[in-house]
Amino acid sequence: MSNLNAQEEGKAADWVPAGDLQEEVSLEKMLELPRETIFMTGSEAARESIRRANVDMAIAYPITPQSETMQQVGYLYDEGYIKDYYRAEEEIGTMSAICGASRAGVRSLTATSGPGLMRGLEAISSWPGARTPIVMLDMCRVINTPLAIQPDNIEISFLLDTGMLVLHGENQQDFYDYPLAAFMASEQVDVTLPCTVCVDGFFVTHARGNVSMIDKKYKLPPRDGWRSAVPAMDNENPPARLSRDAPIQKSNFISYHMHAAWQQEVFAAVERSAKYFDKYLGGLIEVVNPGADTMIIASGAAVSQAREAVRQEGEKGNSVGLIKVKTIRPWPKKQIIDAAKHAKTILVPEFNHAGWLHKDVCATLYGKCEAAIYNGPRVFGGMTMPTEMILDWLTEIREKKQSGNFFVTA
Amino acid sequence: MSLDTVKPSPGFLEHLPIEYRDLVEHGPYGQQKKVTDLGKFKELGEEHPMCAGCAMSLFIRLVFLGLPKPEHTVIVGTAGCGRLAISQGNVPFVYGNYGDTNAVATGIKRGLELRFPEQDKDVVVMCGDGGLVDIGFQGLMHSWFRHEKFTTILLDNEVYGNTGGQESGMTQKGQIMKMSPRGKKDDKMDMMGLAKVAKLDYVARITPTNPSRVVRTVKRAIHVAREFGSTYVQAYTSCNIEYSIPTPDVMQDAFDMEKERYGFEEIISDRAKAYLDEIEKKKKKK
Repeated sequence: MSNLNAQEEGKAADWVPAGDLQEEVSLEKMLELPRETIFMTGSEAARESIRRANVDMAIAYPITPQSETMQQVGYLYDEGYIKDYYRAEEEIGTMSAICGASRAGVRSLTATSGPGLMRGLEAISSWPGARTPIVMLDMCRVINTPLAIQPDNIEISFLLDTGMLVLHGENQQDFYDYPLAAFMASEQVDVTLPCTVCVDGFFVTHARGNVSMIDKKYKLPPRDGWRSAVPAMDNENPPARLSRDAPIQKSNFISYHMHAAWQQEVFAAVERSAKYFDKYLGGLIEVVNPGADTMIIASGAAVSQAREAVRQEGEKGNSVGLIKVKTIRPWPKKQIIDAAKHAKTILVPEFNHAGWLHKDVCATLYGKCEAAIYNGPRVFGGMTMPTEMILDWLTEIREKKQSGNFFVTA
Repeated sequence: MSLDTVKPSPGFLEHLPIEYRDLVEHGPYGQQKKVTDLGKFKELGEEHPMCAGCAMSLFIRLVFLGLPKPEHTVIVGTAGCGRLAISQGNVPFVYGNYGDTNAVATGIKRGLELRFPEQDKDVVVMCGDGGLVDIGFQGLMHSWFRHEKFTTILLDNEVYGNTGGQESGMTQKGQIMKMSPRGKKDDKMDMMGLAKVAKLDYVARITPTNPSRVVRTVKRAIHVAREFGSTYVQAYTSCNIEYSIPTPDVMQDAFDMEKERYGFEEIISDRAKAYLDEIEKKKKKK
């Protein structure tokens, strides 16, 4: 059941959970500690992050390409880095139970992918209103028919207006760094919200990359369930009576106002999280070649392809800039305006059909910038995005040629 | 510490409404009240909008009385009639998405165990047949087969009462309801049987005809859940509106139903029986 009953699960009487031997350090301190670089998969990077995150409870349910991470989290439980862990019945059960765990005041982790996210979405979209800090790792995959397990990050668009915090990691390194930041930001009193750490499935989870990390003898300080905008439901505090107060269930002006105010507060808390991510992630965005006339704005694995395109353009003597968006929610509106307002051409490469990032970029820069914001390039359905695709777009834009179905001038 | 959460700061008590003062001074926190004491102290249930004559509201009132440690209890419910009364009680209540009760309760119970290993914290799921047996079926079954350490109380009114009288899995075969215009085709789901298959340590079927028995059953279910794992209480709590039971006849209907097909039944595992004998003997000695 948990480390409380470890002997019933076969541990010796003198077994000491490995987590009990770790030293607690703040995330600020963690960021300054010496790091060792190891070549590993994204799933392994997430495992190493979780090992250092002082997680109380993790609930797992298999789905490709996420399964490997949560089964590795199971090994962490077996070693004693996590206090309780089980495989749930399916995603509605998973997402409901992890919300219960967070309501009880413990640090809570789960993970899913594409269709699993969709299945759990009713529960997930109720987390922010319940003000439950939870970290959910989301390894993106195709969600639509025909069924496929391939990477495609359309599912992130379903999270954008839930009140969740949403990070989008580029690579294995981000999948180590972001969950730690996610736990700490989500548990701040003035935030108290769940956070999803998305990465693009397979490209990040199953491929290897260099990950620099601190020694495993360190862990984050524990969650304090009482330090929270809505205190834990543990009978040690007067509970926040979200559903007790009859007016909120009724159709009258008081109930509308109460619900509206609650939603406003959730989205205000999303904005308040920005200062923490700014500190923990070294800024909400990263800018390469600031001031270049042509800027690429990207998140997730598309950033890596864009980086390579920027490098190859540089070899040809063309300065192309790149804005990596780390936090999708909170949306770094001001930072993006500051970094892109000078641009004449903007590309938004994405791994999905809808172009959710493009829409947010357009909404943000409307009236703030004279650039033509190109609607792509995009791949989807599991395709990778060759660097050449971005380079071709850049060339065609320079030569004012049409390019593909998605060549739309702003 | 929990008792203190209801106690106001010194100096404030006299300014609080009389109901609140009564709750603090005479409520059932930290002490066991008897059925015969009902009406003599400030109960946990507050005013609620349930229909006049509703058997479910009587049953819920008795469940509140039966909680062994209301000051350390969290109740988990879901959409349906029951939550209209439960949410007005003086016990923390989680009202989640429809049918999520047993998953949410799993997380809460495990989380509270991690944080308070030395303190019994009881989690009780209490909701209707639609929420638990239909939409919540999967979560219910899995919590049972995992033997999660909380009690599930089914408020079985054999209908979707709150949405206006549709048939549920617990409706009797042949019953004409909304969404079963020609009569329900299939049998009432055998949840007692499924509870047996899941090897729960304590299973009971009951009607609100004998208040002391309801209180004792709830107490037993919660004590056994604390110690061994999932327990289940299935209560007939008629819907006098959708089944057109005249208000003065609601209790007679419960007695009739008890005789016909809803007789009191208690299935207790050997280890649970030994445990209950022990704690019930201790109480008698006192």
